[in-house]
This record gives sequence, C-alpha cells and structure tokens, in this order.
Amino acid sequence: MQNEDVWLVVPLYNESAVIADVVGEARTIFPKIVCVDDGSRDGSAERAERAGAAVVRHPVNLGQGAALQTGFDYALGDPAMRYVVTYDADGQHQIHDVEVMLERIRRGDVRVVFGSRFLDERTEAGTMKKLVLRAAVAYTNLTTGTRLTDAHNGLRVLHRDVVERLDITQNRMAHASEIVSQIGAMRFEDKQVTYAEEPVHILYTDYSKAKGQSLWNAVNILAELIWR
Amino acid sequence: MRQLGIQLLLVVGTLAVAWRLLVGSGQRTQALRRLGLLALAGFAIWSIFFPDVWTGLAKRVGIGRGADLILYGLVVAFFGFVVTTYKRFREMETRYTRLARRIALDEATPATGHGASTAPPDTLSGNLPPSPSVKAADAD
Repeated sequence: MQNEDVWLVVPLYNESAVIADVVGEARTIFPKIVCVDDGSRDGSAERAERAGAAVVRHPVNLGQGAALQTGFDYALGDPAMRYVVTYDADGQHQIHDVEVMLERIRRGDVRVVFGSRFLDERTEAGTMKKLVLRAAVAYTNLTTGTRLTDAHNGLRVLHRDVVERLDITQNRMAHASEIVSQIGAMRFEDKQVTYAEEPVHILYTDYSKAKGQSLWNAVNILAELIWR
Repeated sequence: MRQLGIQLLLVVGTLAVAWRLLVGSGQRTQALRRLGLLALAGFAIWSIFFPDVWTGLAKRVGIGRGADLILYGLVVAFFGFVVTTYKRFREMETRYTRLARRIALDEATPATGHGASTAPPDTLSGNLPPSPSVKAADAD
C-alpha cells in the first residue's frame, strides 16, 4: 500500500461531529493517522478510533501545540515514518492538497512543505481575518528569517529529520510561529532547512467558523510569543 | 524639570528589575530578591517611626510627596512580581506538559503496532523500544 511512510498527526479537541468523516476520508489515502485527543469530553477519541485512527489521549487538556508535539513523538516511534503531515480535525483541510504537498517533498530537494492560503484565490477569508493573518506573516518573517506567505496554516508536511529536532513548547496557539521559527533556525550540515510552499484551500464552513479562533486571539498569540 | 530625574530613574529601575529577573541565573537572583525584600521590611519599620523619611527621599529625587515615591516603588515591584510569576508559571507548565505527554504515549498502542496488518513486517524494527525515546532536553 502507498504512503506507508506517512503519518498524519491530527490534534483533536471536541470535534465529535466531524472527526469520523475527516479520519474516514483521509484513511482512503493515508493508512497511518494518529489523533492526539487533548482531553475531549464529547467522545471524539472513540469516534476517531472507530474510524481507524490511532489515538493518543492527553490525560488533561494541554493545548494544540502540545498535542502536535505528542503526535510527533508518537510518529517518531515508527521507524518506517519518513514524513509527518500536520492536519486539522475540523475538516478545513483537503486531502488532495496533502497529496500534492507530499509529491513536492518526495522530489527530495526540500525538507518542509508549508501550506499557504495566499498563493491562489481559492480560500475565502474575511478582510479583517486576511489583514491579521498578513500581519502575523510579516511578524513571523521578520523574527524567524524565513520567507513565507502564510505562517499560521495548520497544513504542513515535515521530513523526519525536521520532526526529530522540533520541540514545541508553546502549548497554545503560538505554536505555529514557534514551528516556523525552529525550522528557520535549524541547520543541516551548516545549511538552512530547505522549504517550499504549496497553495492549499481552506474550507471555512459554518462549522469551522463557529469553532475557529476569534481575531482577538491574535493579541494573545503575540503576547505568548513575546514573553516566551 | 526636576520631574525628569524621577522619570528617568523609574524607567531605568523598571528595566533593571525586569532584566535582572528575566536573565538572572537562579540562585543569585533569588538571593538578591530576598535581600531586597528584607531591606524593604527594615525600611518599612523605620519609616513607621520616622514617616518623614519618605518625604525627605522624595524631595531629594524631585517628587513632592513621600506617598508618591512609595507608589512608584510599588509599581516597579509589582511588575517584577508579574514577570517572575509568569516565568515560573511557564516552567511549571512545561514540566507538567512533559509529564502528561509521557503518560499519554505510554498508554497508547505504539506506532509500530498500528496498522501492522497493512504494513509489511519490518525486520529492522523488531528490537526497537515500544515508545519513542525521551529527548535529551527532557532531562532539564
């Protein structure tokens, strides 16, 4: 079977309405999925398990950043793993985008592929949201020495070498910037990590909008980043 | 014009405290903090008997009243307290995250076991530990 060397890492927190579909759809292409249940109280973990995902359960709620790191540690336990995909549980991401990103990384010249909402016009975000996201990108580029168009996208493909060196300590939302910053600081044989961006389509459904973070959270993210 | 003196002093004081508490190495910072607290207590008792001492000090640095000087001092002390508390809280959070993660990973079916039915048996992975190794950083 294809994609035996890929692990999908899915942070999971109270998504019982959609998680079974998300896992089920992803499983048609990717056999290895780990959902890191971050203390859900709505049976999300059981649904994910029944849909065929491996489930790691945080005993208490720690935050999305912590869940990602747990997923990385778990996936590193599989010696066959070569790539990790970070994937959202709420159905915002398209499995087809992941396939394109994997094709890109399998060419072998980059170790990281970031998804970006701003490389084409498919994603429809509000003006205010776009503005905040742009500001976040500008800040991240300024502080990490990377050149990205979308720093807070949950869809990424990471090579095993990169996953081994990542150590996310920002438990809450600032982890996205932290990942970019750690990747920006990584050196393999004195060279910066090579990365690429691929356009992805984020589906802002009513469901994900209702669950999504408010723009106020941008302030919190900034504060977490400054006083790390 | 004389206010500029106290303003400068306060800014420098705030920065110094924040810097000291942010970058200071554990033992020395803690000792300094405790000595400072002791000195403050001593000064407080002294000023109970001689309340004018604050006013005298305040006049010398260019503020009208002693009460204002106390207030400024408290502001600086409070920010110092906020910064240290935040730092300690972060450290504690990091620790319990690692603990919770260890528990979560130990209780999960190892990644090598998951999907074994679909994957061809990997001869190399036979004698690997079941759970991912703890990173060196965990040793703190």
